Amino acid sequence: MGNALLQYATVLMLSIFVGIEIIAKVPSILHTPLMSGSNAIHGVILVGSMLVLGGADTNLQEVLGFLAVILATMNVVGGFVVTDRMLEMFKPKTAKPKATSSDEVAQ
Amino acid sequence: MSRGTLIDLLYLFSATTFVLALKGLGSPKRARQGNMVAAFGMLVAIVATFFKYVDGHALHHVWLILLAMFIGFIVAVPTARFIKMTAMPQLVAIFNGVGGGAAALVSITEFVHIKSSHPATYVTLEVLLGVLIGTFSFAGSAIAFAKLQELMTGRPITYPGQQGINAIVGLAAATLIVIILVTASTPLLWILLALAFVLGVIFVLPIGGADVPVLISLLNAFTGLAVAASGFTLGSNLLIVAGTLVGASGILLTRLMSKAMGRSLSNVLFSAFGSNITASGATTRDDGASVRSGTPEDIAILLGFASRVVFIPGYGLAVSQGQHVLRELGELLESKGIDVFYAIHPVAGRMPGHMNVLLAEANVPYEQLVEMDEANSELQTADVALVVGANDTVNPAAHDDPSSPIYGMPIIHADLAENVVFLKRSMRPGFAGIENELLYNPKTTLVFGDAKDTLTKMVAAVKANS
Repeated sequence: MGNALLQYATVLMLSIFVGIEIIAKVPSILHTPLMSGSNAIHGVILVGSMLVLGGADTNLQEVLGFLAVILATMNVVGGFVVTDRMLEMFKPKTAKPKATSSDEVAQ
Repeated sequence: MSRGTLIDLLYLFSATTFVLALKGLGSPKRARQGNMVAAFGMLVAIVATFFKYVDGHALHHVWLILLAMFIGFIVAVPTARFIKMTAMPQLVAIFNGVGGGAAALVSITEFVHIKSSHPATYVTLEVLLGVLIGTFSFAGSAIAFAKLQELMTGRPITYPGQQGINAIVGLAAATLIVIILVTASTPLLWILLALAFVLGVIFVLPIGGADVPVLISLLNAFTGLAVAASGFTLGSNLLIVAGTLVGASGILLTRLMSKAMGRSLSNVLFSAFGSNITASGATTRDDGASVRSGTPEDIAILLGFASRVVFIPGYGLAVSQGQHVLRELGELLESKGIDVFYAIHPVAGRMPGHMNVLLAEANVPYEQLVEMDEANSELQTADVALVVGANDTVNPAAHDDPSSPIYGMPIIHADLAENVVFLKRSMRPGFAGIENELLYNPKTTLVFGDAKDTLTKMVAAVKANS
């Protein structure tokens, strides 16, 4: 068990705590965009896919790596676009004359 | 500074943007910005990767990489851009699934690649976990997609001995991992791949449509973990950080979601919720209680006399695409001095927050969206609760009837309002498949028909009355 593994394990532990801390404060209305946003972030597997295809030295590795890059790109691109589309809708309210309160209006 | 160090610094930058992005997503004002920040960080990481050395040489197959990216891009962008917002949960499921598939493929490729150098046992273990979790997530997401897209039934699929069979397949996969750790056999890896796929499918089959969003959130977390596992194998801090962030936050989010339904996560995953349809679907019950139905015009008059109206939207509203008409009705009532707000159940729609997104799309002002707890304390003062395409989320059985399968689920207390109006397509029960006592309550009026049509008629009638 090398130093590298220990270093990665440290990063893992700290990331777990950061992940939990950050999410604990999210209002429930943003849960869907949050899920979608984090979905896009795990698309970082594209970096891993590029590395395995870029390091491939047999046909099998090339085919697998090629498929991985396609799928990972879909994950990244689709994830960010969908999240953006959702969040686009959370626009601040446009100034609109506020209706008078109910007790002032005779029905 | 060496090339490698510079690239690692850029990766560190990307990892930081991901943390900031997740933080930004927690606030309505900064959420969009947060997403942009993450997308920029991702772009930096991808560009930097093109300059990385693998095994001491520059990346091979750069054109193949670009071609694959191009294919992924032209498939994903139109899909993400043009699919209707009501289909969003499916979309998240599918993009999550392909991520899991990519993670599994990365792990497999790396296994084939490093096998000849006799890697340490823990390296093989990381690879196998990546394959198992990634493939599981891929297969599970595919079934979740099929359920939500109604390519297959949304009801739980159960068969005798189901959990036993699942346990056996799970054990078989675990045993196989141990054998591969010892033998480093590639053929066995393919069998593990197949087993993980089967496991993903059979795990998801008994989960009913209402619970699929929770499942997607869980699978999203799993994909994160698969990515983290690949990060260990490839020795990439970036993948470990990003994957773990998603994994940890996703599991927390999953728990929050099942809590919103008043159920434990294991209950959501293993109870085949919604498989027993106990609701009769008739307008008159055996004990003689019957529902009262009205016309849109009746309701328009009722609304005209109200001073406070609460809209309780559910997925049925989204299905009929009636959000815009509902907003129009709300504005119309407001212009007559009637106080209007929307009571949003955390799991209204098909994902937490889904309804907010759909209503925001229809330009409903953010301030009128009231969350469940606040809405419940306001409902007593409401004259009319207008339930549009919702059912289970206002079912009083959730807190009156301990024998009900949804007992304990937090609900919006529509029954507290002076009058309750349901806009329903039919007497068909909701996702949970159970009877709703509120429909038979004397203060309840039902308007049958497509929600959008009914709302349009109501708007016309309210206009005519004024």
